[in-house]
Amino acid sequence: MMKNWLWKTGRSAIKSMTKVKKTIQTIPQKRTPMQEQDPIARVNNFDEVTFGYNLEDAVNESSRCLDCKKPLCISGCPISINIPGFIRQIYEGNFKGAYDILSEASISPAICGRVCRQEDQCEIGCTVGKKLEPVAIGHLERWVGDMAIEKGWSNSPGIKPRGFKVGVIGSGPSGLACAADMAKAGCDVTIYEALHLPGGVLRYGIPEFRLPDMLIDAEINKLKKMGVKICCDTLVGRLFTIEQMLDEMGFNTVFIATGAGYPKFMGIPGEFLNGVLSANEFLTRCNLMNAGEFPVADTPLRLGKKVVVIGAGNTAMDATRVALRLGSEKVYCLYRRSRTESPARSEEIRHAEEEGVCFCWLTSPVEIIGDEKGSVCTIRCTMMKLGELDGSGRSRPVPISDSEYELEVDTVIYAIGTNANPIIGQTCGVKLNKWGYIETDETLQTSIPGVFAGGDIVTGAATVILAMAAGRKAASGMKRYLGIQP
Amino acid sequence: MHKIVAREDFSDVTYLLEVEHPMLAKAAKPGQFVIVRHNEQSERIPLTIADFDRQKGTITLVIQAVGKTTRQMQKDCVAGSSLAGVVGPMGVPSHIGDVKKIVCVGGGLGVAPVFPQLRSYKEKGAYAIGIVGFRNKDLIFWEDRFRRYCDDLIICTDDGSSGVKGMVTDGLRIAFEKHPDIDEVVAIGPPVMMKSCAEITRPLKVKTMVSLNPIMVDGTGMCGGCRVRVGGEMRFGCTDGPDFDGHLVDFDELMIRLGRFRDDEKLALENWSQCNKKHD
Repeated sequence: MMKNWLWKTGRSAIKSMTKVKKTIQTIPQKRTPMQEQDPIARVNNFDEVTFGYNLEDAVNESSRCLDCKKPLCISGCPISINIPGFIRQIYEGNFKGAYDILSEASISPAICGRVCRQEDQCEIGCTVGKKLEPVAIGHLERWVGDMAIEKGWSNSPGIKPRGFKVGVIGSGPSGLACAADMAKAGCDVTIYEALHLPGGVLRYGIPEFRLPDMLIDAEINKLKKMGVKICCDTLVGRLFTIEQMLDEMGFNTVFIATGAGYPKFMGIPGEFLNGVLSANEFLTRCNLMNAGEFPVADTPLRLGKKVVVIGAGNTAMDATRVALRLGSEKVYCLYRRSRTESPARSEEIRHAEEEGVCFCWLTSPVEIIGDEKGSVCTIRCTMMKLGELDGSGRSRPVPISDSEYELEVDTVIYAIGTNANPIIGQTCGVKLNKWGYIETDETLQTSIPGVFAGGDIVTGAATVILAMAAGRKAASGMKRYLGIQP
Repeated sequence: MHKIVAREDFSDVTYLLEVEHPMLAKAAKPGQFVIVRHNEQSERIPLTIADFDRQKGTITLVIQAVGKTTRQMQKDCVAGSSLAGVVGPMGVPSHIGDVKKIVCVGGGLGVAPVFPQLRSYKEKGAYAIGIVGFRNKDLIFWEDRFRRYCDDLIICTDDGSSGVKGMVTDGLRIAFEKHPDIDEVVAIGPPVMMKSCAEITRPLKVKTMVSLNPIMVDGTGMCGGCRVRVGGEMRFGCTDGPDFDGHLVDFDELMIRLGRFRDDEKLALENWSQCNKKHD
């Protein structure tokens, strides 16, 4: 009787109830699916692949959270979002309240909800996930984030100017997160960006169909409203040095968030042929310079009909899917390990597969062969098998003898990771490790007092959320350095 | 936005722009380059800094109108107009070593960018020999600037209408005959010219630095499009260069890589020329 009444009167009734104990038996058993564009349609456009929840979906999914006493989801989140807290607010119909909780920890729920690896972070710890599919934390986060952008919500109440000047180098996720925290603490923040548009990897790396530019613009505008200044076309290190920022330009503290972003190649023959390029170059030409619209846009691309992408991380998936959308007829993805070991999110691999990418697992290129004009025409590959575990805890791939074969291709895209960008190291005295990444203490302060560093330039290539977490951690260290936080 | 304060036309294809950018003028060193965006929709083009005036707060670019963007700029970039973006200085500054006798060779587009290096060597006390090449005497520019800093200036013209008849490589041979004690050569210009200069100095074992101009997008090490083979190793033109030891550079490969977008460049130029005809 009680139960029937509850279902009939819906959410308002739930709100008025003192406490209704949800159990794994009473919650919706199935995770609320997110609608996606049909694969056949979406390979012809750059619109977002997933549509996001509607109100009904969000409330329904929020009802699946058990609001556990010991929420493992929070400990799985790099920025420790109060996940059950914001989901409870959705469930209770207080969506602004949900945003308030999210924005305490995250500068951009709309971005994180899309690009975070929830399946390996928050959702892996979800109690519901032990019996059923875990609560779709990321989908809910995205829904709240999108609503906040639509309604123009932002939480930076009562910023009290403190007279400190803070410099942030790089406008990627780490720089943006640090800038937001320092601005909220009343500092006068300036972000320097070497490219002509802000956003870093969010802008030049992640394609529109996975992260619409509009969301990056919304986050940047939010920062600007908080008083953060953004100077693009500014190459710190060369235009002025970090030492100059501290000694001559009046900065009290500086955060280096320049990213890794220095593309790796394998060192096999043929890498200098025309038609071989890094995923960074390919994606930057497309995402930042609109090269897909050449000759309407000025920047050329010269993408072939048969494309090979080497690597199986998220960047590799982005490259394969951009190539398909720009009209490549056959797109291969080569990875020397198997699908299980691939670093890309399973959702990204699934999307790529649905769109027609041909995966060659356990395959490694050995040589790229060119024609008489110096352009790629063939790639020779070898089959691999998995051997013993290596230092990374993954099976070491070993070539299988006499398994070589050739693929006819005209474009080869390397997406096998990046090295440290050398410019800061070339131009200031900050201490680097042997791979060229910046050394820091536990507060992310570098060998130069007052200079902090975080994100990929410290850790090597990682994820958007880890970069954001580092930006927030550095901000906390910077506030302590300035004496505005105990 | 960076205002163009002065423009000078050296020929029907070569033009100079003096652009306001006080911070860049203060930071620029010989050998470095900038990336320019003409307008918000333009591609990013790398251009060597031909000169800088720290007092005036300007940098000088000498541009050859060869493709769509550089022709469009030739048409639009008048004094008083602006460039949407100028970022730099990029690249490792040239190493101005303690040498007694230096030769700075500038061919074609390299005449302007070799000038700040020549001046730096001269100011450091070296005996400076300049070699500059043009098609004919009407296309000669900056002779006065070079004369001011050169102990010996060899002008070469293809048709012999001024100075030595021949190419800068002929000038370089003459310089070595006149000055057997040359310590180092700097050669800037089209890859084929830099290659020829390096081949002249290789048997003489005289160190020869060249400034490379590979295709790039960002200029900060991110795209890797500018990779060149130097001494058998992969180097990035933007962050390891643009200066490299000319005896170690694989010029043939560089030249093939420079042709990477040739068909696209042709198409873009044709489209643009047609559009312009309609408007005229």
